[in-house]
Amino acid sequence: MKNACKLLLITVLLLASTFAFPAWGQASNLYEKPGPFVPFNSIDEHVLAKLKEHNIKPANLCSDAVFVRRVYLDVIGILPDGPEVREFLRDTSKNKRAKLIDKLLARDEFAEYWSLKWSDILRIKAEYPIKLWPNAVQAYHRWIYECLRENKPYEKIAREMLTSSGSNFRVPQVNFYRAVQQKNPSSIASAIALTFMGTRLEKWPEDKRKNLEVFFSRVAYKTTAEWKEEIVYLDPSATESINATLPDGKKVQIKPGQDPRQVFADWLVSPDNPYFAQAIVNRIWFWLMGRGIVQEPDDIRKDNLPCNPELLAFLEKELVKSKYDLKHIYKLILNSRTYQQSSIPQSNSKEIESLFACYPIRQLDAEVLVDALCKITGTKESYQSPIPEPFTYVPEEHRSINLADGSITSQFLEMFGRPSRDSGLLTERNNTPSDSQRLHMLNSTHIQKKIEQGPKLRNMVKIGNRKPNLLIEMLYLNILSRKPTAEETRIVKEYFKTKGINRGQAINDIIWALINSKEFLFKH
Amino acid sequence: MNLENRNENNITRRHALKIGLAGTAGLSMLDSNMLAKASQQIKPATAVKAKAKSIIQIWMWGGPSHIDTFDPKPEAGYDYCGPLNKAIETNVKGIRINASLPLLAKQADKYSILRGMTHGINGHETASYLVQTGHKQGRILFPCIGAVVSALKGYDRGYKGLIPPYIVLTQPQGRFSEAGFLGMKYKPFSTGGDPNKNPFIVEGIVAKGISDKRQLSRRELLHKLDTLGKATPNNHLLKKLEACEENAYELMYGDAKKLFDLSTEKDKVRNDYGRNTFGQSCLMARRLVENGVPYVTINYKGWDTHKQHFQSMNRKLPEMDKAMAMLLQDLSDRGLLNSTIVWWGGEFGRGPKVQWKPPWNGGRSHYGKCFTSVVAGGGFKGGQVVGASNENGTEVAERPVYPPNLLGSMYELMGIDPEGQMPNNAGLNVKVLPDTQKGKGRLKEIM
Repeated sequence: MKNACKLLLITVLLLASTFAFPAWGQASNLYEKPGPFVPFNSIDEHVLAKLKEHNIKPANLCSDAVFVRRVYLDVIGILPDGPEVREFLRDTSKNKRAKLIDKLLARDEFAEYWSLKWSDILRIKAEYPIKLWPNAVQAYHRWIYECLRENKPYEKIAREMLTSSGSNFRVPQVNFYRAVQQKNPSSIASAIALTFMGTRLEKWPEDKRKNLEVFFSRVAYKTTAEWKEEIVYLDPSATESINATLPDGKKVQIKPGQDPRQVFADWLVSPDNPYFAQAIVNRIWFWLMGRGIVQEPDDIRKDNLPCNPELLAFLEKELVKSKYDLKHIYKLILNSRTYQQSSIPQSNSKEIESLFACYPIRQLDAEVLVDALCKITGTKESYQSPIPEPFTYVPEEHRSINLADGSITSQFLEMFGRPSRDSGLLTERNNTPSDSQRLHMLNSTHIQKKIEQGPKLRNMVKIGNRKPNLLIEMLYLNILSRKPTAEETRIVKEYFKTKGINRGQAINDIIWALINSKEFLFKH
Repeated sequence: MNLENRNENNITRRHALKIGLAGTAGLSMLDSNMLAKASQQIKPATAVKAKAKSIIQIWMWGGPSHIDTFDPKPEAGYDYCGPLNKAIETNVKGIRINASLPLLAKQADKYSILRGMTHGINGHETASYLVQTGHKQGRILFPCIGAVVSALKGYDRGYKGLIPPYIVLTQPQGRFSEAGFLGMKYKPFSTGGDPNKNPFIVEGIVAKGISDKRQLSRRELLHKLDTLGKATPNNHLLKKLEACEENAYELMYGDAKKLFDLSTEKDKVRNDYGRNTFGQSCLMARRLVENGVPYVTINYKGWDTHKQHFQSMNRKLPEMDKAMAMLLQDLSDRGLLNSTIVWWGGEFGRGPKVQWKPPWNGGRSHYGKCFTSVVAGGGFKGGQVVGASNENGTEVAERPVYPPNLLGSMYELMGIDPEGQMPNNAGLNVKVLPDTQKGKGRLKEIM
């Protein structure tokens, strides 16, 4: 296996060396493809209409190199490696971007990465203050993963979470009712409003809040003889019928023996529900485009209007029409020219980001970043949790994206803004740069060790030892997912001549400079 | 971690301090009555005159036994005391502590012992949260005292030090998110590394094997290769990253590096603190407060002794005794004790009755009903005992002290009004810490 990889690498490299360096003379050609804005699908028509209203010129289409890196990071949370980048750049077919999108959406890593995002908003953690406990965390996370992998209709996912009863170990989705800070109707109602309706219950009028709580007033919990097993069930002693009011004001009577949660779920996932589809398409848009059409995406309310109502309505309709096929929404967005714009704006307007006139530059998620560092260098991270007993050790082969438990963390992940999963709010994930992050990347033993000892890097250095051009190109392809410009190659070669720094040190410094570059640390 | 946004905050201050806290997130399911309502504004939190400038928190991770330390019960017999069944006189007449702490016995004039600590919770997480935030678990995750001090005495409020205002030696506690709803900006900077090793590698600040000259040339290379930055010169996030880089290099090359270099201390001083991680952490803590850092936590692990309790105590108590006694002496000699609170304690105490039978074979369980904390300096009187436990340490007999009473007292001494408003950008209208007057209230008798 190892040898095969090596062979492949060498073949690719040999092929590479037969190509001359393209003329990446100007930065603009490196990152974008100038040309008129031609809509790729309806999303673009809606976005463009809004931009025209505001007299804002959208950004150019991004270059292929930018696209390949971006779409890997956005769809599967993984940095493409050198051969993957090269394969895409060499592909001359017209629909190669769409092909790559389909390929990535079909990978298991798609489900892995999006399980992480869902675990954030569902607050999946074993410890304080959510206290799901490790076994339940694993079961719940696995369930989410399976749902996403088989692309289960979203309507079905929601219904299963809302209406299931049983053991937290054996019926994983009942953990929805346990992943709250207090197991009472008001806490549950908050979680439901936030997760499925994209709204914050505390901003609802009191009577409306109370009305929602009624549907969850019969949820009960009991323990079993098994350590930390908990059964979520409906209180069987409560049999009288209930007069309840749904969030849209409609009155319903819940008959004896009927599960009030079922009544709520029926209402929630019906095609004309005003909250359900809107909340999820807006969230997916936020995840891919860095900003919601309603922003914040989990604070939808009458006085927080969408910046582009037509766009939002279009996506909602598409979701319902596709029978709640989440991947359909991903595909629409990813294939739009709006998503495929360059991050270099063509306008000075303050609204370029809020109206989607360019792809927003964003720092990598903590887990994605550390996985990328591991991938480039061929190193691993180890995670463990000494609380509670028995201790949890995560196999080193696991990527950090796959950490199921929000309580299992590292200083790196915390520092780079991994959410604590206390509230389920999207803002818990904080991707803004900080001094401590900068210190860590620039000067920590953690990063230094990866650079100096990473076996994959060492291998590259060995292969490219006598061919500086080749080495530089390999480093650029693997770290920045593109080839170096002539100017960059010149600068790097010049660095080899720095007095007092030997060749090995120079190579490490070049790697250091690349992984500390904005282009590496940010999605662009 | 609070290195963040130093540059930005300077600008903010110049622009008349418009923003409160820049932390985000942390709460979702809050009570509507906690939402900010203009009509119910609470007064600002820093209205009180400060006696203390800094707090050193010696966090006894896992919960230390009160009987084996500051609340000895030699009369309770073997079932309660095991082999640690002697009490000794201290340098304050009438105060006795466990004979396992002979050096601290000579410093008793500097500290006060709170023997009536209580909250009744026996779970690590919930108790850690309560003891350090003053709040019971609820729908909002509150910040712990270190994060509160960092918000109200840090960069937002005129702290100008290069060293972040909230430091943890050496590893974060990991029980809960320290900053709560205040967000990442107010998390502690944990040093990593081991101050007992030479050099003390403070992650990010002190690196091994890269010469200054090389640091300089590779930084230059980084800038030359900044192709994306040149293509998008006006992006606010990329600009922010540049500001962070400036701050980071300032820390690497400025006085910060020197401050963490313990080799500049005399050997005798280092030996007096004890050549072990805890001892050198105490020394490091002293250096930090000497340099104006308002909050330092030493996370001192190893006190969760369900098994082999007495073997562990024989190993750990002498180490703790030496370092903590030296810390008090050193702070006092340097005139720092008046302005520095030293707070010793864990999330709870340990079961007064020893569990001799298998599987424990001489262990002590968690015990939140009655335990002991110790405070010194910064406006707290020394040589006092507050409250008492009963004859075998199982119940509070006099003057119960609840966590909010103690935290509220520390806030008051730090010039933070617990009844004042906790600034935040999460839209919460909450006090720094309500209920500090619960029961017998703040520790007026020793303030």
